[in-house]
Amino acid sequence: MMKHIVTINKANLKKSAEKGGCGKCQASCQSACKTSCTVANQKCEK
Amino acid sequence: MIHKYKLNGYNIILDVNSGGVHIVDELTYDLLDNVKPPFEKECPANVIEKMQRFYQEREIRSCYEEVVELYNSGILYSDDDYEKYASYAVASPVKAMCLLISQDCNLRCEYCFASTGDYGCGRKLMDLTTGKQAIDFLLENSGDRENLELDFFGGEPLMNFEVVKQIVEYARSKEAEYKKRFRFTITTNGMLLNDDVIDFVNKEMSNVVLSVDGRPEVNDRVRKRVDGTGSYDRIMPKYKELVAKRGDKDYYVRATFTKYNLDFANDVFHLYKEGFDQLSAEPVVGDPSMPYAITEKELPRVFGEYERLAEMMLVNENKGKKFNFFHFMLDLDQGPCAIKRLRGCGSGNEYVAITPDGDIYPCHQFVGIEEYKMGNLMAGTFDMDIKKEFAAAHIYSKEECRKCWARFYCSGGCNANNYIYNHDIHAAHKLSCELEKKRLECAIMMKAARMVEKEHFED
Repeated sequence: MMKHIVTINKANLKKSAEKGGCGKCQASCQSACKTSCTVANQKCEK
Repeated sequence: MIHKYKLNGYNIILDVNSGGVHIVDELTYDLLDNVKPPFEKECPANVIEKMQRFYQEREIRSCYEEVVELYNSGILYSDDDYEKYASYAVASPVKAMCLLISQDCNLRCEYCFASTGDYGCGRKLMDLTTGKQAIDFLLENSGDRENLELDFFGGEPLMNFEVVKQIVEYARSKEAEYKKRFRFTITTNGMLLNDDVIDFVNKEMSNVVLSVDGRPEVNDRVRKRVDGTGSYDRIMPKYKELVAKRGDKDYYVRATFTKYNLDFANDVFHLYKEGFDQLSAEPVVGDPSMPYAITEKELPRVFGEYERLAEMMLVNENKGKKFNFFHFMLDLDQGPCAIKRLRGCGSGNEYVAITPDGDIYPCHQFVGIEEYKMGNLMAGTFDMDIKKEFAAAHIYSKEECRKCWARFYCSGGCNANNYIYNHDIHAAHKLSCELEKKRLECAIMMKAARMVEKEHFED
């Protein structure tokens, strides 16, 4: 338990890269935006 | 690379390359201005000397040890070693399509990027033959992708509802043969919603985007009928009916905000109070000289409004109420993989838009820009050079993105915005970037706040 720092997430993007890139996920502009881009609110569908 | 900021009473550190997010005390926040890799075993004497005017030496040393521990765990100052993946997805199948089923509209919204529906190309409806050709194109170009996305867009897609129904029927009839699953979505202004349309949309569309800009006076100022009167009173009862019948299927009530409503948090909350809990509000896209345009001058006000919205949402959640705001949704643990994050929406590569004439463009926002016409369904043409250009438009090919802390969240931003404002899909549109970064800061802060609140509750 750290005294000065609290880490709020467990995931590490590096691990996601090892088995990633399957392309099954949603195209990110097909949801609510249509005029701007946020990719990180998409889900992994693997 | 790290990004550190203060918001709503939290000191937040984002480790850009691992995605690690840390809440830290003042000492750590200051210490990180004074230390960086390579780390020594103990805190350097000059750092202690500099900081002990404000903090106790013992605390500085213990804080330094924690920083080094995070570094050794790969969640602070981690390296960016993803560039080797940039060559992935270069020859991607096409998996998503936007059908401009109606290049015509029954509203005259002041800010419409599609020139009030016709994209500056004349008012047209897509016929069934073209729609079927589009489905065939998607089936044939989708390789091993099983889930295919098809968005009915416009103009106003419900002005061509009969063809929408027939295209859906045609696509469904091909699913088994091609071993594919279509996910249909539709974006509507609501004017033509009736019981039959609502039932069809709720049955067939995996997501529906319902456009309304918030408070009646805000909506009706810009979202006008052809005769100049407002649309709010007509559409809101229909949206409520649709959502009430929709069950747990996805939908978004989507607002556009402009310079006219820089207090747009009030519009988001208006929509929430009207009974919707899946909300989006997007900054208007358009010519900066227009009276509604959001320009750099408005940025401080918009930043403040995003912060106010985030804080209002947290207060609301603490009362046991909740809604989703599209741009504050962020999954720090189960989000997309790093490879997905190297490119944005996939426009021009995995995603294309089709016009009523069967012309193929990288996305709906490129329609009418001749330079980026990729081909035509009837002619059987599809320009692979343009596809390759878009496939190569990843964060490492965009100069500003390479060095930006937000690169794994927006993934290089919107190519169309880059082109519209800078005439280069690789040149980040600064205003969009600044807005995106503020939204991310708010979204990450909300994650931190929720965690702290939860722990407080559990204590």
